Amino acid sequence: MNRQRAAGPLFVAPFMVLFLLLFLAPLGYAAYLSLFQERLIGGTAFVGLDNYTQALSDPQFLHGIGRVALFFVIQVPVMLLLALAFALALDSGLLRLARVVRLGIFVPYAVPSVVAALMWGYLYGPDFGPFAQLGRSLSLPVPDFLGDGWMLASLANIVTWEFVGYNMIILYAALRTVPEELYEAAAVDGAGAWRIAWSIKLPALRPALMLTLLFSVIGSFQLFNEPKLLMTIAPDVISSSYTANLYAYTLAFTGQQVNYAATVSFLLGLVIVIASYAVLLTANRRRTP
Amino acid sequence: MPQNPFPAMPGRSSMNRRLFLTTTGALSLGAALTACGGGDSGGSTGSGKAVARADIDKAMRTPTELTFWTWVPNIEDEVALFEKKYPAIKVKVVNAGQGTPQYTKLRTALKAGSGAPDLVQIEYQAIPTFTITDSLLDLRPYGASALKSTFVDWTWGQVSGSDGEVWAIPQDTGPMGMLYRQDIFDKHGIDVPGTWEEFAAAARKLHKADPDVYLTNLAANQVAAWHGLLWQAGAKPYVTSGRSDITISVDDATSRKLGEYWGGLAREGVIGVEPDFTDSWYAALNKGKYATWITAAWGPVFLSGSAKATAGKWRAAPLPQWDAAKPSSGNWGGSTTAVIRSTKNPVAAAVFAQFLNTDPASAKMFATEQFFFPATKALLTDAEFVADAPSFYGGQKVNQVFADISSTVNASFQWPPFLDQAATDWTETVGKSLADKSDTLRALGTWQSRLTSYAKNQGFTVKGS
Repeated sequence: MNRQRAAGPLFVAPFMVLFLLLFLAPLGYAAYLSLFQERLIGGTAFVGLDNYTQALSDPQFLHGIGRVALFFVIQVPVMLLLALAFALALDSGLLRLARVVRLGIFVPYAVPSVVAALMWGYLYGPDFGPFAQLGRSLSLPVPDFLGDGWMLASLANIVTWEFVGYNMIILYAALRTVPEELYEAAAVDGAGAWRIAWSIKLPALRPALMLTLLFSVIGSFQLFNEPKLLMTIAPDVISSSYTANLYAYTLAFTGQQVNYAATVSFLLGLVIVIASYAVLLTANRRRTP
Repeated sequence: MPQNPFPAMPGRSSMNRRLFLTTTGALSLGAALTACGGGDSGGSTGSGKAVARADIDKAMRTPTELTFWTWVPNIEDEVALFEKKYPAIKVKVVNAGQGTPQYTKLRTALKAGSGAPDLVQIEYQAIPTFTITDSLLDLRPYGASALKSTFVDWTWGQVSGSDGEVWAIPQDTGPMGMLYRQDIFDKHGIDVPGTWEEFAAAARKLHKADPDVYLTNLAANQVAAWHGLLWQAGAKPYVTSGRSDITISVDDATSRKLGEYWGGLAREGVIGVEPDFTDSWYAALNKGKYATWITAAWGPVFLSGSAKATAGKWRAAPLPQWDAAKPSSGNWGGSTTAVIRSTKNPVAAAVFAQFLNTDPASAKMFATEQFFFPATKALLTDAEFVADAPSFYGGQKVNQVFADISSTVNASFQWPPFLDQAATDWTETVGKSLADKSDTLRALGTWQSRLTSYAKNQGFTVKGS
């Protein structure tokens, strides 16, 4: 074997080791755990797929999945369209203070989600929150941001605010790789700014958009931090099984049902794989009409 | 989660006049250890023989390092007293989070079989969730039984096992009382309610007179307060016998009385139900939205740091009563020190747990530096302690009020071995019914059935449900 052929596996080795240790091993362990049931009284017993049959008919788990699916369908398009709009605006070169704007949109991503959720929790406050106070002073009705009807929208707002900047940076970076010559050629052909955006920029952005979309699938279905934190101020609205991820956490750390928590996590992972695949498939089908 | 909300210690400056000058009423650890030297562990069923005095002495002279998980701020000061007396022993203090986060880490370490400390701070209500997994060391062989009379009677029941085991040493307590706004009461001609009936009447009267003000807030997320009120009413929601038998009665006559009362007031809209220890709640206390705070003995110091805008307007009183002739109270909060069974240094750890909470200088330091409400009888009758009259409470002797309440706390209250589950289920049933102004009695039934099926699922034999 010559040196070059040996170099390949060597370069891949660090990744493979980490992948094995940090991804496959825990995954395998979770799968193993999910086949048992440990009780406070009576110890551990092998139960086969019982946990899975239980989870598939567990309303708390199914409602959690349904809720994050709804969240995904509503929040992600809004977030990505905003990110796209900002990226195109920045790239157009027409904005004043472009650097400041770019930083300003990105900064929320740098704010830890714990801090963000606390801050929004204060802003949403029904008594002393600024929106409520403003509404009261103008005698306008203020939606009950932390109530049953608005909670999902309030969460979507927090997540959007946090991640628009992050997605915008990805899209913006992709735009910067488009060769200037293409724009010049289009301009020579008489294309305006809108036409360039539609016919050159958007197609160039497709891979980056797919990437942000996939990140969003994973992020939405794993929704945890924001509901977990708002739970302290709206315990009657956000239950311990509000999202599937939160449910898995509750099972493990509140109910000490580690095995069932492993089952729920494993199923959640499966849902994410399926959802990602479905998204990819839909997008690819559109590409080749 | 029910826990002693002490991390910020906001009231330090306002209470620093409270200094003890004497060590009268002091307890001696030496006496406790001598008492067990004869070989009798003090426990009736004799699980674990007493460790001989000579072995204890030897262990205390052997260089040892103990790890102690606690969230008490500046506890290094108390630890220093111990290290001064036993120079061979070093105690490493680790803050592994307050309450539930610490328990979660502890559970993980115990499960992993490594990384668990020698000692932990543990709240009364969490003890059974760790004894069910055999995680705590019975302290009887190390002379703990002799300390029984040192502590307020009800605390000993909280740290004792069904066979007389001593699972932990009490550190501080939270007998429940009522803090109220004298100025709001005066303005609306309200007398301090002595019974819950008077309390309800006052709630209606006050809210009618001023729709922006409520007599109190019963937080829809605070199961600890609910448990404390159950405790006061004499309820026995969880009774365990043996290892696997439990009677769950969170929906019995006493609970339903409470459910009807508080659920009714919530539905009428004459009390608040917002979550406590949130920004909004702090603002509400500062701005006079609530005229009382039903709280525990740690409440006065906490409030004086959190509601500075209202200094001088508050007073303290016992809880309103169901039966004014037989005053009683419950407990909310307070911690203990327990030794983890896996420790390699059981003697040193057990002696440390006892020293920390019974050594006169150390116990006094908790009361004066950390402003813990004492668990020892000696401090509760300490002239200096009860004479403290903070200006936040208009010069009222607040400690005396709570020291008196402490002796009325019902001694037979028990916690379930799955408190976290009980708490979560409460918030999602009873708490939710208060917040939603829906049927609290029905919610009690749901709580009962959720807990029952959880317990059965965990292998318990559930009775009386």
